[in-house]
Amino acid sequence: MADLIEIRHVTHAYATPKGPLPVLDDLSLSVPEGSFCAVVGPSGCGKSTLTRLIAGLMKPDRGEVWLHGERVKSPRATVGMAFQNPVLLEWRTILQNVVLPLEIVPTKLTQAQKEARARELLELVGLEGFEDKRPSELSGGMRQRASLCRAIVHRPEVLILDEPFGALDAFTREDLWQTMHALRAEEPFTSVLITHDLRESIFLADEVVVLSGRPATAQFRLPVPDTGPRTLDDLYTPQAAAMLNTLRHQIEIAQGRTPAAGTRKTLPDPAPTESATPEILP
Amino acid sequence: MIWRKVAVPLAAVLIFLALWEILVQANGWPDYKMASPSDLPPAFWKYRWLFLEYGWQTLWRTVAGLAIAVVFGLALGMVMGFSRTLRDALYPLLVGFNAVPKATVVPIIALLFVGQHDFNTVLMAFMISFFPIAVSVSIGLSTLEPEYRDILRALGASRLAIFRKIALPKTLPEFFGALKVSVTLAFIGTNLMEIVSPHGRGLGALFDSGKTSADYPLMFAVLIALAALGILLFYVVVWLERIFAGWAERPAS
Repeated sequence: MADLIEIRHVTHAYATPKGPLPVLDDLSLSVPEGSFCAVVGPSGCGKSTLTRLIAGLMKPDRGEVWLHGERVKSPRATVGMAFQNPVLLEWRTILQNVVLPLEIVPTKLTQAQKEARARELLELVGLEGFEDKRPSELSGGMRQRASLCRAIVHRPEVLILDEPFGALDAFTREDLWQTMHALRAEEPFTSVLITHDLRESIFLADEVVVLSGRPATAQFRLPVPDTGPRTLDDLYTPQAAAMLNTLRHQIEIAQGRTPAAGTRKTLPDPAPTESATPEILP
Repeated sequence: MIWRKVAVPLAAVLIFLALWEILVQANGWPDYKMASPSDLPPAFWKYRWLFLEYGWQTLWRTVAGLAIAVVFGLALGMVMGFSRTLRDALYPLLVGFNAVPKATVVPIIALLFVGQHDFNTVLMAFMISFFPIAVSVSIGLSTLEPEYRDILRALGASRLAIFRKIALPKTLPEFFGALKVSVTLAFIGTNLMEIVSPHGRGLGALFDSGKTSADYPLMFAVLIALAALGILLFYVVVWLERIFAGWAERPAS
């Protein structure tokens, strides 16, 4: 099976008053169908640009983006997106918010079928009983759950997640990671997740890609072994600690803080904690 | 709940009238210095038919001017909200236009369209009240977070769909906020024209005739009538806002 998402030698720069600001440099990336790819990297390295390229919201200066064997030139209905800000429409109920994409993409569903589909997803993420509430009546975590439902309600082939859990507290975030696994078990989609949280990346993804500092290119790939259904306990094993350490070093290299890999202790810490997430340089 | 909503403002009005009465009585002011609330009912009764007729004229002209201001202000706000070039081009013009005291425009309009009193009054109400609507709609549209647009754009939605489903509803609270300001402004516009232009009609003309015949209670009665009409229109807007943008109101906790 061919890769569903293929990014080939993409180079992109933004025009600024001080001249072009290169953000992506000869970046290549491919994600097989049904796979979950996490992209980590220093702040401002062009991760969000990458999502906008995949979604077809922008065109790269050079290089190509292919989805399902078709070159991406404009936005397409087979993509779903969720952002750090849940961007729910305050004038709609939760149910109406989730139905929104079905009002845009071509579909043969009747209104009742659309709502049934939305209800089914809301139940899956634990929001049954909140269908008729307004977004302002929900907590941040619940809003983000609704936002995830909206991103996949039209059964997109590709789900683009741009730090969707970034603004949530640690416990809510872990809850939502598990919700993501539950959704993936029910709904087939290929996903690209942008994140700053290394634990999140190895918990959710099949492969973690580390981007270099700006202009970004794919610096390092870490396959996450498939050991069956994951639980939060899996984050506290020596294997997980080793992966986190590897990623942390790669991030430091990307940030230009480590002169060379291998000069530091590479053994896993006995009990990895939040400090496994590197501080992001301002 | 409804008791509270009606009784509290009503009590405030009654207290205000009582304080006014006490102020005038305690100082022993004659009615040419300041009429008291007790002078008003006889004035209203004496000119009741004129109040009805002129009050209606003032009201419909104000509403007509406001309606044009809404259509024009919305259109202008949309144009300025979506195009940065047009925003940069139109803002100085618009601010300059708004900065011109409208009292100075009245004689110009009265000369331009001699004898067209209805038209002139509606025009004045419109000219004075479209500015807040245009500005707030343009700000509402231009400050729309790009993510809101992206969730629909990423699905291949048309510009029209994005406007209808996101931009328009999102701007409604700002629009109604501006409309509340515009309602009172429109009354000012209507009355400017009614007072200043010769042989005018409407409450403004009634005020003017009170001035000419030194009927001070009548002048105060006109002011109160205008205030009452202003309150009436304001609450019509509040009612419309609750229907179309009620979601923006946080439930009282």
